[in-house]
Amino acid sequence: MKVIEAHDLTKRFGNFTAVDAITFEVVKGEIFGFLGANGAGKTTAMRMLCGLSKPTSGIGKVAGFDIQKDPEKIKKNIGYMSQKFALYEDLKVWENLRLFGGIYGVPAKEINQRIDSLLQTLGFTTEKNTMVKSLPLGWKQKLAFSAAIFHEPKIVFLDEPTGGVDPAARRQFWELIYDAADRGITVFVTTHYMDEAEYCDRVSIMVDGRIDALDSPTNLKEKYKVQSMDEVFFQLARGAKAKE
Amino acid sequence: MLRYLIEKEFKQIKRNVFIPRLIFIMPLFAMIIFPYAANFDVKNIDLSIIDHDKSSYSQALIQKVQSSGYFRISNVSGTYDEAMKSIEADESDVILEIPLHFERDLIKKQKADLMVSANAVNGNKGGLGSAYLANIIADYNNEVRVKLMHNVNMVSIPAMELVPLYRYNPTLKYEVFMVPALLVMILAMITGFLPALNIVGEKQSGTIEQMNVTPVKKWTFILSKLIPYWVIGYVVVSIAMGIALFYWNLKPSGSLLTIYLFASLFIVAFSGFGLVISNYATTVQQAILMMFFFMLTFIFLSGLYTPVENMPGWAQLISNISPLKYIMQVFRLVYLKGSSFNELHKQFFALISFAIVFYTWAILSYRKTG
Repeated sequence: MKVIEAHDLTKRFGNFTAVDAITFEVVKGEIFGFLGANGAGKTTAMRMLCGLSKPTSGIGKVAGFDIQKDPEKIKKNIGYMSQKFALYEDLKVWENLRLFGGIYGVPAKEINQRIDSLLQTLGFTTEKNTMVKSLPLGWKQKLAFSAAIFHEPKIVFLDEPTGGVDPAARRQFWELIYDAADRGITVFVTTHYMDEAEYCDRVSIMVDGRIDALDSPTNLKEKYKVQSMDEVFFQLARGAKAKE
Repeated sequence: MLRYLIEKEFKQIKRNVFIPRLIFIMPLFAMIIFPYAANFDVKNIDLSIIDHDKSSYSQALIQKVQSSGYFRISNVSGTYDEAMKSIEADESDVILEIPLHFERDLIKKQKADLMVSANAVNGNKGGLGSAYLANIIADYNNEVRVKLMHNVNMVSIPAMELVPLYRYNPTLKYEVFMVPALLVMILAMITGFLPALNIVGEKQSGTIEQMNVTPVKKWTFILSKLIPYWVIGYVVVSIAMGIALFYWNLKPSGSLLTIYLFASLFIVAFSGFGLVISNYATTVQQAILMMFFFMLTFIFLSGLYTPVENMPGWAQLISNISPLKYIMQVFRLVYLKGSSFNELHKQFFALISFAIVFYTWAILSYRKTG
């Protein structure tokens, strides 16, 4: 079952084409890696799929709804974690979770239970009453992810969720992603860490606004006859430079 | 949904280091200090006197001027040039020149000239100063005439005296007039500026993005931003009215219910306006500058300092778009005249229209999708 479909999806800012007619599909339960260099158009594409930005042309469907016509219906079915930490720094850990739980319509009785069990799973119970601004970055990211899937959405969009933290913290974060995928949540994740790409079921690689490759990591490595995703990426990125 | 959002706004306001203090300190400060500053009585006019006559009559006149309470004699000069120098040095505002033979002319010819010249750099002070002085001289003139008439046993000439009766502010105290209006001004400052900084603040911190990706309804989101300022507005009005009562000894002649009803409408209108600004601004600085511009415009067109009727026709027309004008009229009328709701229909419809327009505009200008 397809949960995300994009067909010739395009976004232009004046003369600059940030996303250039991309076409792809994501099926239910997948961990889909959306790869590309800085400025390749990953974030713009993701913002269009989340209903935060209107496409210039092309068709996009998320959870069965059209991104042009029904962005608000899409929003009921997705979770989103932006590149920049966007929870309220002046609210406590539990208050942030309660706020977003409430907005997505999680029943009042259930909110408190979910907060407690979530914090327990994360080993974070002691920080329940901590003001978010005083958390270290790695923990902020875990909290932002937990808030994004607190209402058990069908799909979660993660925009460079592990930027700026150490490999151990990134590893822990990916365990959370796997847990969510096991529960049936489709994960759409952008990254420019190629080791993370290896964790995905399928990846697309964006270069200059276009999708230049799309397959499972294993198939891609075979196709380009290399050992790692790093090298796949380098070959594609070199292509981009040659054209300039 | 709304409940969670309002809860969040209140928590954020409570934890802000600045806002809770502002809500209490600003009305306190403004209601006690501003009325002294917004005082239109001109006092302490510096007067330079040139007395060429040095007679008992000229001395009596000077005495009278001095005892009026409006003037301070800054210097007594020998010549007009000297007096002019003191004006140039900004030591005097008005010159009174008493000519030689003032007394003799007054008695013999029943006519004498005095010269008053005023420094009109501060037009208000110069104008009022010479007017006060003219009044005192006219008064003195009457006294002299009465005295002379007695002396020569002339038939007395009937004189008319006007005794005005000032309704609603019998002693013409400026604070009775200014305090209700300043109360409105402080309410406008707080319920206008705080929302103007709110949404744009979320834009700058990035939290608005997390909000925009939720299915939250636009009207719910805007309402959750509006309700806290409603509560804050009530607190501000209540504190300010308390100071008016205990410090200035002023209480509304009309009903409190009327005051709070109109305050409610005004707060929705003005906070709505603040949110509109916040929606259009991309940085906090932009929002502050825009709000500052509109605040000044609205205040000057509100009739706080100068009656709207004194403005040229086109300015009066523009003043209709200042919500401050209507709420200021309401507060002055209810405080001074005790007007009831029935006499305030015009203001009611104006304010309720502003409330609807600005709230709707705030919803429409809030964009969840860029």
